[in-house]
Amino acid sequence: MTQLRSSPFAYASGFKALFYKEVKRFWRVSFQTVAAPVLTAILYLMIFGHVLEDHVKVYGAISYTSFLIPGLVMMSLLQNSFANTSSSIIQSKITGNLIFVLLAPLSHLEFFMAYVLAAMVRGLVVGLGVFLATCWFTDISFQMPLWILVFAILSAGVLGALGLIAGIWAEKFDQLAAFQNFFIMPATMLSGVFYSIHTLPAIWQSISHFNPFFYMIDGFRYGFFGVSDISPWFSLMVVGTFFLVVALVAIRLLATGYKLRH
Amino acid sequence: MSAISFKHLTKNYGSLVALNDVSLEIEEGEFFGLLGPNGAGKTTLISILAGLCRPTAGSVEVMGHDVQSDFRAARRLLGIVPQELVFDPFFTVRETLQFQSGYFGIKNNGEWIDEILHHLGLADKANKNMRALSGGMKRRVLVAQALVHRPPVIVLDEPTAGVDVELRQSLWKFISRLNQEGHTIVLTTHYLEEAQELCGRIAMLKKGEIVALDTTANLLARVNNSQTKDGDLEDVFMQIMSEGR
Repeated sequence: MTQLRSSPFAYASGFKALFYKEVKRFWRVSFQTVAAPVLTAILYLMIFGHVLEDHVKVYGAISYTSFLIPGLVMMSLLQNSFANTSSSIIQSKITGNLIFVLLAPLSHLEFFMAYVLAAMVRGLVVGLGVFLATCWFTDISFQMPLWILVFAILSAGVLGALGLIAGIWAEKFDQLAAFQNFFIMPATMLSGVFYSIHTLPAIWQSISHFNPFFYMIDGFRYGFFGVSDISPWFSLMVVGTFFLVVALVAIRLLATGYKLRH
Repeated sequence: MSAISFKHLTKNYGSLVALNDVSLEIEEGEFFGLLGPNGAGKTTLISILAGLCRPTAGSVEVMGHDVQSDFRAARRLLGIVPQELVFDPFFTVRETLQFQSGYFGIKNNGEWIDEILHHLGLADKANKNMRALSGGMKRRVLVAQALVHRPPVIVLDEPTAGVDVELRQSLWKFISRLNQEGHTIVLTTHYLEEAQELCGRIAMLKKGEIVALDTTANLLARVNNSQTKDGDLEDVFMQIMSEGR
């Protein structure tokens, strides 16, 4: 047997392996993690688009179906970025296999980067899938493609980091489900996916401005139509700040070992 | 230099004292046994060594590297076989070992993985999903995972709990071989005959404190000189655990 003792390895960072493992984890069940959310978005488009096409007017000449597509893309991207980190962490915690990552010489920054980047990959893959599946239903423009990319990437990062926080915090699946159903779902659904906030009563317009998810969708939509409810620069500032806050909280939790290293 | 050095280690969980000022040196190349009843603090001690748990006071070093402040070096020198039978159901045995190598920053580890698989009798299971393995096979994979980065210090936390005789024998043969090649082995077990046969030195823990620390031969001599003729480690264990009740 080969001598074990003197290690011949030149060590690199474990980040790449953890990132690859996280991507492979969701890809292995891609029917559930990619195809299912794409189908859900198509159903939303067919039902809401058909029912509301002639009844809702948004941004002047832009059809409701065209308006709806970027909203659905972003909603799917957000929910799946969140689901990737949160489900991976809670499953690993409950089944106990997180120990393999915790025993490895990975820093909390490497841990954060691997999980959040993998979540971003899933969010972007699902978002792209939703777009490719829905763009056949109507004409859609790309006025400012760079804004589309910036908001897609940044928003996926925000939800990946939020999913990490939720996964670390939750001790049971129902706690995570509560976080998802009572915070993430309402915040995404009420962020202007299906409507422009200018169609809302004044009080709901004001309340919408306190929802950070609204800025993600509004800025993202600006990239398609060159029109938005508020300035994309302001949205970028809000989303960027939100990302910094959730990333710092997640990194802090990992650094202190909260609910991971007792 | 000691392979493992526990220095005045204390761990409290609220008002519960899991470890109370434990100091212990384990030398390089030793086959060391850590014994004690349930709740004595064995797993807490190993968890702190592995960085899974933080001490309330004191420190631990692996070959001179502090497990908290110099965690990268300490973890690379350490291979831990956890007590719980845990696995990732998404992957095959080979993928599990490849990812574990990757976490330690090791690329192109295929040759070594093949060798571990062969020696642990897992070669024909390499491409099977972890879910498809029996409990004994999953236990072997846990041992393999602890060895992928060729650590000089190997800790086995009750590795034979609930496994059949055949696996126990093949596992101990393999681990003894690693020890002969110079690896430091630390073992916790409730099978005292295994500890008696394998360990050169033993520490016994009770309520978070070391109540006995000596060579296996000296510990056995205690009972052979006093109460029982041809006493075994179980007699020693029972005697020590009953003291001070």
